[in-house]
Amino acid sequence: MTTLKTKQAIPAEGHLATTPASEARARHTPLVPSAGARRVWLTLLGWGIALLIFFPILWMVLTGFKSEAEAIADPSLIFTPTLESYVAVQARADYFKFALNSVVVAFGSTLLALAIAIPSAYAMAFLPTRRTKGTLLWMLSTKMLPPVGVLVPIYLIFRDFGLLDTRTGLIIVYTLMNLPIVVWMLYTFFKDLPRDILEAGRMDGASTFQEVVYLLLPLTLPGIASTGLLSVILSWNEAFWSLNLTSSNAAPLTAYIASFSSPEGLFWAKLSAASTMAIAPILVFGWLTQKQMVRGLTFGAVK
Amino acid sequence: MATLQLHNIVKRFEGTEVIKGVDLEVNDREFVVFVGPSGCGKSTLLRMIAGLENATSGDIMIDGKRINEVGPAERGLAMVFQSYALYPHMTVEDNMGFSLKLGGVSKEERQRKVREAAAILQLEPLLERKPKALSGGQRQRVAIGRAIVRNPSIFLFDEPLSNLDAALRVQMRIELARLHEELDATMIYVTHDQIEAMTMADKIVVLQGGVVEQVGSPMELYHHPRNRFVAGFIGSPKMNFLAVERVSASPTGVEVRLPGGETCTVPVDGSSLRDDALTLGIRPEHLQLEPEGPLSGRIEVIERLGGVTSLYVRMQDTLVTVSADGNVENRVGDTLRFGFDRACAHLFDAEDLALPSLARHPLAGLNRQDNRAPSVAGGQ
Amino acid sequence: MSKTRASGRTVGGLRSLSLQAPAVTLLLLWMLIPLGMTVWFSLQRYNLLMPGMEGFAGLENYEFLFTDPALWRAMGNTLLLVGSVLAITVVGGVLLAVLFQQEFPGRGIARVLAISPFFVMPTVSALVWKNMMMHPSNGVLAWLAGVFGLPAVDWFSSLPLTSIIIIVAWQWLPFALLILLTAMQSLDEDQVEAARMDGAGPLAIFFYITLPHLKRAISVVIMIEMIFLLTIFAEIYVTTSGGPGLATTNLAFLIYIQALLDFDVGLASAGGVVAIILANIVAIFLVRLVARNLES
Repeated sequence: MTTLKTKQAIPAEGHLATTPASEARARHTPLVPSAGARRVWLTLLGWGIALLIFFPILWMVLTGFKSEAEAIADPSLIFTPTLESYVAVQARADYFKFALNSVVVAFGSTLLALAIAIPSAYAMAFLPTRRTKGTLLWMLSTKMLPPVGVLVPIYLIFRDFGLLDTRTGLIIVYTLMNLPIVVWMLYTFFKDLPRDILEAGRMDGASTFQEVVYLLLPLTLPGIASTGLLSVILSWNEAFWSLNLTSSNAAPLTAYIASFSSPEGLFWAKLSAASTMAIAPILVFGWLTQKQMVRGLTFGAVK
Repeated sequence: MATLQLHNIVKRFEGTEVIKGVDLEVNDREFVVFVGPSGCGKSTLLRMIAGLENATSGDIMIDGKRINEVGPAERGLAMVFQSYALYPHMTVEDNMGFSLKLGGVSKEERQRKVREAAAILQLEPLLERKPKALSGGQRQRVAIGRAIVRNPSIFLFDEPLSNLDAALRVQMRIELARLHEELDATMIYVTHDQIEAMTMADKIVVLQGGVVEQVGSPMELYHHPRNRFVAGFIGSPKMNFLAVERVSASPTGVEVRLPGGETCTVPVDGSSLRDDALTLGIRPEHLQLEPEGPLSGRIEVIERLGGVTSLYVRMQDTLVTVSADGNVENRVGDTLRFGFDRACAHLFDAEDLALPSLARHPLAGLNRQDNRAPSVAGGQ
Repeated sequence: MSKTRASGRTVGGLRSLSLQAPAVTLLLLWMLIPLGMTVWFSLQRYNLLMPGMEGFAGLENYEFLFTDPALWRAMGNTLLLVGSVLAITVVGGVLLAVLFQQEFPGRGIARVLAISPFFVMPTVSALVWKNMMMHPSNGVLAWLAGVFGLPAVDWFSSLPLTSIIIIVAWQWLPFALLILLTAMQSLDEDQVEAARMDGAGPLAIFFYITLPHLKRAISVVIMIEMIFLLTIFAEIYVTTSGGPGLATTNLAFLIYIQALLDFDVGLASAGGVVAIILANIVAIFLVRLVARNLES
């Protein structure tokens, strides 16, 4: 643009000499508005697509604030918001039972997985042996086992050990299901910690325990937290095992929501209210940890 | 405060030997610099002394006691890391006092010692800050302060200046030299920069490929390199190497034929010389413009630094660097003749070992401490 | 002397091993026992509804499975589901990643909105789509069709598999977007500017710079999605239950029917073995790719 301006200033130069000044300006000026227009289009397109993708969630949230009659009426953004569906869902005591199951199972399995994975990831990151890489890859490969492939034996084992429809059973399954991802993520977070810092700690006289408590844990806390959140999200949303291994006592929200699929459960506003409550916390967790999630979900292959 | 001995230290990683039998003596209060190209094993050696790495075999002794099996914290050493390795979640004060805290030192005592060390390094205004809020030079000083607080018998430095910019590096170099005098401690310093080695060391240890090439004072390495590697590594700009042919050899000198065809006699002991193809080493600063000189070549590049002008001169198939006066008026393309002081030339045999000079350079025995007291200048 | 070294290594190795032991042991059990049982059951005549009939069946279950047209139908559905969702999410993901990489007001929030469906539990997304979006009379799509004077589509009876594909693609498009957007951020700006200096237009930059840069991330997306998509279950369970007929029965759902509805443990296990083999073909490539990445 600078060159264009100079050329305008010296109309005698080059081919511009034959071009009327007005035409030169006409060729120059559109550059600025077109950049602005591009921005407007980009904004419209970006927001348009984002809202389109988000629309089903938005619609669900809105429907949760409608009455049942409005919910199945012609779609409309104008309605009198009401909390009656939320009240109705809360009034059904069993909603809390399912929500509590979800909380207990998701957080229980996450804590258990962290407790098992932290020593393992510590050893892999700071006391690596020749087998460490192989172990990591093997752990990753256990995650590739399709759950449906082992449905039958797990079902039978659970039946024989009285674990069917128990929270303990689900916690066990989710812990093992998420363990490879948790180990893997912690390993990459630990690995990112400069070795020098732990060595400086050792030079300063820290024992292994002090090294972990004073240096490793505080420095990798954000990583541990996002690993934990990912594990919570995955457990919370898991629907294969929860549908197949629980029926009423230990069923988490995924199974509870599924019960709305029967034709007699055609209460859209209540379904929406219950669903909104079921996904809201996880949605927030997901938004908070998107960056770190990529690391965990792709096993560090995409950074 | 402390002496250190290494006896036949060997280190193997997965079967490959990275340190191949190192013997070394570090005297009390000495400033010893390990220098060498990257991968020469200098950092590994330092880490073994620190206790962060186990020696595969050999003995590490501090004050005559073998400490191979002693943990790093119990060796009474402190280390300054290349990356500084400050604890990012602790303030400067907590960083410096961490070892005392682990050692169960009371809070008051800790504070007193940290402030003492901070005073030496002018860190007092920064004590409440976190490492993130410090500049590179300040972080460096905190890392040194953390070492001082431990009151170690030996300080270990692992390339501590390599992350600083050039100006700061010169400043820290001076500060470290001052610190060495003030603390009167034994220091072992690892660097790949020969200027740091030359300026700070009492004793330089030149390493290459896990082997000690030469140990000596800076001036000894400069004037009497044991082999071609040390000759090329120490000194800047680098020493020039010319392929020459032996004409005759005797205990009082070796006569060689220079690339241009002229001959000259280098005052080295040639009594045990067997080879015919030799290498003549001349430092750029020892080459002068000399109309009747034995070497000639065409100038290819000229770099004017003001006080000094570097001429890059093509002599046969080698490009020779000449440090000439800042005011030389020559141009690229000029063909000139050069001469050199025979006593400053080095001759290397086919194995790249230097032939012994007939006379020792008067400054070769000079220690850095000798610079301080004019009465001892000149050394032994 | 060499003793110190050897013992030093074993002590370190032992410590490393003992710290890893719980995780490794549990995963080993979690993998080997069910896997072994699945393979064993698949060779047995074993139906929970017919006690007393148990016995070694050899390859009978497999024979039955492979001659059952349901398996081939399910395989076909699985392939169609996986293939379509992959195509939609990868192409859409790349385009969206390019879009959301551009600077525009509120980009951060728009991004968050666009990746949200990935965090919605599958049963919720399936039901929201089934009831509120695709319902033939009260759904948003039916209403939209009405606005444009088009006949409403009864999605789950006339286009059952397409409906499932739409729902699953809606869930996984954000995943592809999230991964590709992250990968995009590591694209060297200098490279783009250098290309621009070389006279590359936006299309040339996309095809010669952006796309090659995303190659690895795209292959990761494809493989991870494949592994999860092969065994899509909840979405089918709450919407069509595999129907009408077998129209939306995939391998996972077929095994579920055989196991928990027909209680034919042997047959379901044989199906499980097939699923495991299929997943492992993909897994080998993924593990290899991750391993290569682990080296660097």
